[in-house]
Amino acid sequence: MANLSASDNHFTFFGLLPRFKLDTSVLDQAYLAIQKEVHPDRHTNGTEAEQRIAMQLATYANTAYRTLKDPVQRGLYLCQLNGVEAHLETNTAMPAQFLMKQMEWREALEDSSEDLNSLELLAAEVYQAKQNAFTQLEEECEKIDYLKAIETVRGLLFIDKFANELDDAIAELA
Amino acid sequence: MALLQIAEPGMALAPHERKISIGIDLGTTNSLVAIVKDALPKVLADINGKELFPSVIRYLPDGRTEGGYEALEHVIDDPKNTIVSVKRFMGRGLSDVSHMESSPYEFIDEPGMVKLRTVAGDKTPVEVSAEILARLRQLAEDSVQDEIVGAVITVPAYFDDAQRQATKDAAQLAGLKVLRLLNEPTAAAIAYGLDNASEGIYAVYDLGGGTFDISILRMSKGVFEVLSTGGDSALGGDDFDQCLYSWVLEQAKLSPLAPQDQRALLLAVKQTKEQLSLATFASVHLTLSTGTVVHLEVSQAQFFEITQSLVSKTMASVRKALRDAHLQTHDVKGVVMVGGATRMPHVQAAVAELFAKQPLNNLDPDQVVALGAAMQADLLAGNQSKNNEWLLLDVIPLSLGIETMGGLVEKIIPRNTPIPVAQAQEFTTFKDGQTGLSLHVVQGEREVVDACRSLARFELKGIPPMVAGAARIRVTFQVDADGLLSVHAIEESSGVQTSIEIKPSYGLSDTDITRMLQDGFASAKEDMQARSLREEQVEAERLIEAVGAALEQDGYLLTDVERALIRKEMAQLHNLVQTERDSSIVRKAVERAAKTTDHFAEKRMNASIQKALTGKNVAEI
Repeated sequence: MANLSASDNHFTFFGLLPRFKLDTSVLDQAYLAIQKEVHPDRHTNGTEAEQRIAMQLATYANTAYRTLKDPVQRGLYLCQLNGVEAHLETNTAMPAQFLMKQMEWREALEDSSEDLNSLELLAAEVYQAKQNAFTQLEEECEKIDYLKAIETVRGLLFIDKFANELDDAIAELA
Repeated sequence: MALLQIAEPGMALAPHERKISIGIDLGTTNSLVAIVKDALPKVLADINGKELFPSVIRYLPDGRTEGGYEALEHVIDDPKNTIVSVKRFMGRGLSDVSHMESSPYEFIDEPGMVKLRTVAGDKTPVEVSAEILARLRQLAEDSVQDEIVGAVITVPAYFDDAQRQATKDAAQLAGLKVLRLLNEPTAAAIAYGLDNASEGIYAVYDLGGGTFDISILRMSKGVFEVLSTGGDSALGGDDFDQCLYSWVLEQAKLSPLAPQDQRALLLAVKQTKEQLSLATFASVHLTLSTGTVVHLEVSQAQFFEITQSLVSKTMASVRKALRDAHLQTHDVKGVVMVGGATRMPHVQAAVAELFAKQPLNNLDPDQVVALGAAMQADLLAGNQSKNNEWLLLDVIPLSLGIETMGGLVEKIIPRNTPIPVAQAQEFTTFKDGQTGLSLHVVQGEREVVDACRSLARFELKGIPPMVAGAARIRVTFQVDADGLLSVHAIEESSGVQTSIEIKPSYGLSDTDITRMLQDGFASAKEDMQARSLREEQVEAERLIEAVGAALEQDGYLLTDVERALIRKEMAQLHNLVQTERDSSIVRKAVERAAKTTDHFAEKRMNASIQKALTGKNVAEI
């Protein structure tokens, strides 16, 4: 990886402040502006070093952009940046209430896997739960309470996984 | 007396100084080659004025080959040696080949890729494709009366890594430097978007002879950003022929046909299919070698009915691509139709119905891919101007993963991730003293290994013996802008860094390619040594020129001492190139000189990023 001396992290790379709250259109613009400079296609006549660095920076820009664009990944990254790890492989404990809700959703998905209307109602509920979690995550990050924030992120990862499965089930029927 | 050409100071480069590169649409049925001339892309015609080059190669007993129309004449009388639709076999094993029963070829199952038995020996699809590409290159050189520097070659967006690698190998065999493998729908979007100055979200529906692609793009201020792509690399116009072929066999109650009759009937139904795009009725009429006369009437409605499932399959891919892009049909401003098979009315109707708008047919569906490829080739060759300040951001079409316990797949890079991309994964040993680790890389969306395409199996060796779980092996998967994968592994914990570059096991090895190159093809009469010296000299000149331009523009980023050092290195390289005749010495000198510019290149790149962001982050701070 090239020495990204001009930036310490994904946020500063795009000229943004390291906050959860983010105007994605500003991120989009910064991403495109940077790719216009660093993409390998812009350096086809450059030296080998220039081409290699262009490749590394374009790769980095893509990784950073994808991380920040997705609010769940952005939250996870922000926690890590502040020294709080999720330990996803080892820490799978979640509050009982949260797990109950997950089980309830999974049962609803199984019971009505052929019923488009019920699935769409369920999707709306899951969407709302996600939005609530984002609001909560934003507050926690603003209060610099990353230990709480990482718990919210771990919950969001569960919700996201379920939302994808639900989405697939809906696509099967549509 | 020859007239001297004199260019006005400050005018465009003289024609011979312009770097000529071509765009090639290497199609299943037909191929095309295009260039940009006077800022306009143009498909090149052969000496008979024909622009479509049939993707057909015929092998003769003496080893000579015929291609294009010349070969096409023999598809019926010499079916085994006349190879059509070879693109379907690129990077494919025998078990992947569909419609084998109606193929007249003798297939040979080889690990990685099938071979075809001909009178001139067993041929890989890569060699057959190289014959097509070599002819297209010749066509272009004859047309522009100049040497071709490089080519952008289009591939279906849904091609996997093995199919892409096979295409790149074929180009190398044909003596073409691949500037980029470009996705066909993306090429079409470039041609369409630049022609119409489009802004917004567009879909490209590309149904070719043997492949189907759907891509969703956002076009804004000269950036073509692919949001998602999907499709089927084994579904195309050929399959509509196959449906009609099977229907005719059934209706006429025919017993299995001889190879030349298979070919004849396939050609006959292809014509019938084309007629049914224009008329409500058509007939299949053919006399077989057995004397049997086949005569059937087919209505447009009947044809639509027997092929409707194929159209539905494409529409399912369209919906999936929209979902992947998190978009609805009404977000899409226009649907660009590409590929000859989109001429079929029921395909047009299905697209119009789904998007609730008429599809865009204002560019020739046969030409649009080649035109886009030529534009990208011109840009990559360095003919940048104010008119072509545009950039393409593409994605990887299929997820990359590795096999884990129990034959399951762990995804490393999900589909539709923008490229270039790199992802690292850490592995450890599970036995004391374990020195090797085997990895199996697969591509596809399913969760079990067997349902995905196996790309490569490789063994990491030389891990220092340690207790179980102590080794830290970091494996990096890198996908470049061509969508091609390379894997790189490092053992980190021991302090000794073992670095391994792995080339996937499928496709051709470098020795294979060297052998084939020596066997003939593009460089047959060329002295390899002289050629490689010339390449190194060009490389050296390119470096000196590029560094000179960079110093001129951004030299202020360096200290006086740093500048002087780089200037000295470049001067030394310049002197060496004038006299040295050993290509390996020139190469080493280029490498050494290039190294001294690393630091400068980094500084320049960082400066340009800062410049790009200036004024964009004020609101945030």
